[in-house]
Amino acid sequence: MREGINIFEEDFWAITDVLNRLLQGTNSRTILLIDKAGQLITSVGDTAALDTSSFATLSAADFAATSQLATLIGEKEFSTLFHQGEKENLYVCLVADRVILAVIFDMRATLGLIRVKAKNGAAELEKIFEEIFNKLDKDTSASSEIDADFTKAAEEELDKLFGF
Amino acid sequence: MALINYASREINAKIVYYGPGLGGKTTNIKYIYTKLNPSVKGKLISLATELDRTLFFDFLPVDLGTIRGFKTRFHLYTVPGQVFYNASRKLILKGVDGIIFVADSQIERFEENIESFENMLDNLTTYGLSLERIPLVIQFNKRDLPNITSVEELQKVMNVNNKYPYFESVASQGIGVFETLKEVCRHVLKALS
Repeated sequence: MREGINIFEEDFWAITDVLNRLLQGTNSRTILLIDKAGQLITSVGDTAALDTSSFATLSAADFAATSQLATLIGEKEFSTLFHQGEKENLYVCLVADRVILAVIFDMRATLGLIRVKAKNGAAELEKIFEEIFNKLDKDTSASSEIDADFTKAAEEELDKLFGF
Repeated sequence: MALINYASREINAKIVYYGPGLGGKTTNIKYIYTKLNPSVKGKLISLATELDRTLFFDFLPVDLGTIRGFKTRFHLYTVPGQVFYNASRKLILKGVDGIIFVADSQIERFEENIESFENMLDNLTTYGLSLERIPLVIQFNKRDLPNITSVEELQKVMNVNNKYPYFESVASQGIGVFETLKEVCRHVLKALS
């Protein structure tokens, strides 16, 4: 199984559409989609005050650590996590075994509704990601946009960033 | 492996600092954090014990800039080096694009380096990965200390035939830190195309 994820335009908009509907349907604040390695795929809703990189990394770590806890008590994985705060709460569930869906919500939303709608949303996303993974398994070559010229331009940027 | 988003024009790649405990992995990442311009770095996250030993990982996102329209970003992670934290090390390696192995040059740490290197190979295998596919750069750290193994001896056990690029370093003073990082970034970006 390929570990990398390449998201192309049409898949990206299909994913964003599912997330936006979930956001509106649940009255939640922010929804993030994160790969299990901790990289943010996309987010919808209010992210202005959120460090999304850190959030993605820590969510993936949280999920990974909790999965290990699950195996210690004989479960394959805990498919959902819920963290309750005073004002903000976090609901996390797994999509297509490889992607983490994180929903941040406050008192305007209810956990029950989030659970139901997130389950439906995850099922829709699962179909999209299965197609993405199928495409990736069939075609392992990178897009023509990431070519030798890209590598050359990247080297120039590296020189600039590190100053030597 | 790298996440390439053609719609939002973003590339994210994951680089992991591996090596024995107290070898200088966190020192590397902290030095990078202090020296990089605030506009290209994110927040440094350290999940450490009260005594500042890495418990789970350190994390630092670094923006390389826009390459042919793609906003390219490296996520730097360290693993906890202590032997009993292998479950955490394995989790951090998930989706890795490039590895920097930070070896401790002190004579008394020689065996720990070998153990950690072998542990890295084992953990990669569990993900179906190997150093044939994942770029590795070795950093021989603490070269300023008096009681150190020669680079030739270290090479013999970790880098036969100069298979991987390597650098000598004194991470606490920043010597060799950026050279090592730049080298692994170069290989990771090359591997994408």
